[in-house]
Amino acid sequence: MSILSFVVPTIFTQQNAQSVARSTCRSLVNLFVPPYKYSAVFSHQRAFHDQCKMGKGDVKLLGLWASPFALRVRFALELKCVDYENLEENFGAGKSELLLISNPVYKKVPVLLHGDKPISESLIIVQYIDEVWTDGPSILPLDPYDRAIARFWAAYVDDKAYPYMRAIITADGEEARAEAIAKLKECLMVLEDAFVKSSKGKPFFGGDEIGYVDIALGASMEWSKVIEKAFDVKLFDEETTPNLLAWIDVFLAHPAIKDVMPTTDKVFEYAMNFISPPSKKAAATAAN
Amino acid sequence: MAKGDVKLLGTWASPFALRVKIALKLKSVDYEYLEENLRGGKSELLLKSNPVHKKIPVLLHGDRPVCESLVIVQYIDEVWTYGPSILPSDPYDRAIARFWAAYVEDKVWLSMRAFMTANDEDARVEAVAKFKEVSVLLEDAFVKSSKGKPFFGGDEIGYVDIAFGAFAGWFKVIEKALNVELFDEATTPNLLAWVVAFLAHPAIEDIIPSTDKLLEFATNVVLPSIKAVAPASQ
Repeated sequence: MSILSFVVPTIFTQQNAQSVARSTCRSLVNLFVPPYKYSAVFSHQRAFHDQCKMGKGDVKLLGLWASPFALRVRFALELKCVDYENLEENFGAGKSELLLISNPVYKKVPVLLHGDKPISESLIIVQYIDEVWTDGPSILPLDPYDRAIARFWAAYVDDKAYPYMRAIITADGEEARAEAIAKLKECLMVLEDAFVKSSKGKPFFGGDEIGYVDIALGASMEWSKVIEKAFDVKLFDEETTPNLLAWIDVFLAHPAIKDVMPTTDKVFEYAMNFISPPSKKAAATAAN
Repeated sequence: MAKGDVKLLGTWASPFALRVKIALKLKSVDYEYLEENLRGGKSELLLKSNPVHKKIPVLLHGDRPVCESLVIVQYIDEVWTYGPSILPSDPYDRAIARFWAAYVEDKVWLSMRAFMTANDEDARVEAVAKFKEVSVLLEDAFVKSSKGKPFFGGDEIGYVDIAFGAFAGWFKVIEKALNVELFDEATTPNLLAWVVAFLAHPAIEDIIPSTDKLLEFATNVVLPSIKAVAPASQ
């Protein structure tokens, strides 16, 4: 297949030269590079990302650097190469006027501002991003049944996994913490099974590329590492979650994720604000 | 779509199952309805189709199960593309619809349970107040979404109408059993009108269970503590 068959039709659409170059390169990579040769694909994606950040547009994100919910939105924006301005809320100083106006119902981050239109709730924002920026990889699957499955598992992550993570961090006493850890591990085993079925042998829940469930769950991976470090526990292991164990590394190495995800150390330091005192001592010991 | 290709596992009183029934009706989808027998224990089919939550509703399309009522409603909207659109076509309007449906999911069911577990007058008064906080926000959402039309979805029933309206039968039960007003002219005039329009809609009126039947169910099966309070005027 000639390069011209890709380039020529696109010249006559309203795409600009940059996006023509992007889609051409992407097509070439898909022809010649097996999708799961990560290093080759990732270096190509890095080249795209270097190209696509050209000045701020009319997209703003109100977020918090440590929030997995805000991270979900950043991942989606990065995957779609959307120019955006990242506005960090400073909760120490109280919630900003902009946040209170933009999300009067919950008064929480993240909020995406597209022009003057606010969109709230991380997974709703991710779906919005997927539906508005249609060039670039699809975050939700194209098939309605696969979409339903993706939505089901993203909801499961929100309803079960995240609350248990929160419960582990804020648990009052070791018994409560141990119970929350056990529950989370059960969830992760369920998600392991979901991963095997969804990924069909590919690196992500979404298959060859990061998808909706990858984003939903992946945003909490640094917090998972913090939990493991702080409480000397293994949430993922070769025995119960071998595929998720592999998935974490691939996910965190992806260019759309790597540049945006905070480091474990930074999140660990932040997490110390929420962990109750007796465990802080244990956590400090574990960290040393 | 021929019958037999689509099955719905549900229970007749469940607002969550009702959401799916409404969506299927709006799209004129033929389906086989399978009533789960609450007293007989969960069926093999349910446990196999929804092993994670073991709950209804479950839509079976061919042999493929779809679970979680709002996920099912979106699935129905995306598969049966003829007939009225349940979600709006504009991405921003879709985001708003999803936001309010999620809000209903987070707040409405919990506030209704507060009524059902209210054991005394103080608890009931508090439950009413909590519900009002929620309904006042939904009133505002309705005004913005409907743009003067009868439904959240505009001229036709949409995603938020289904998400919220599926509780309409249970609103009536609470109002009757506890002699309270959940919607009123003063604070939620538009929702007051919306409930009437919703319940009168052809896709709804035939499939929503009667208030009396629901009340009997609530009284005898779900919540023995609900007392049917004699209203001041009938």
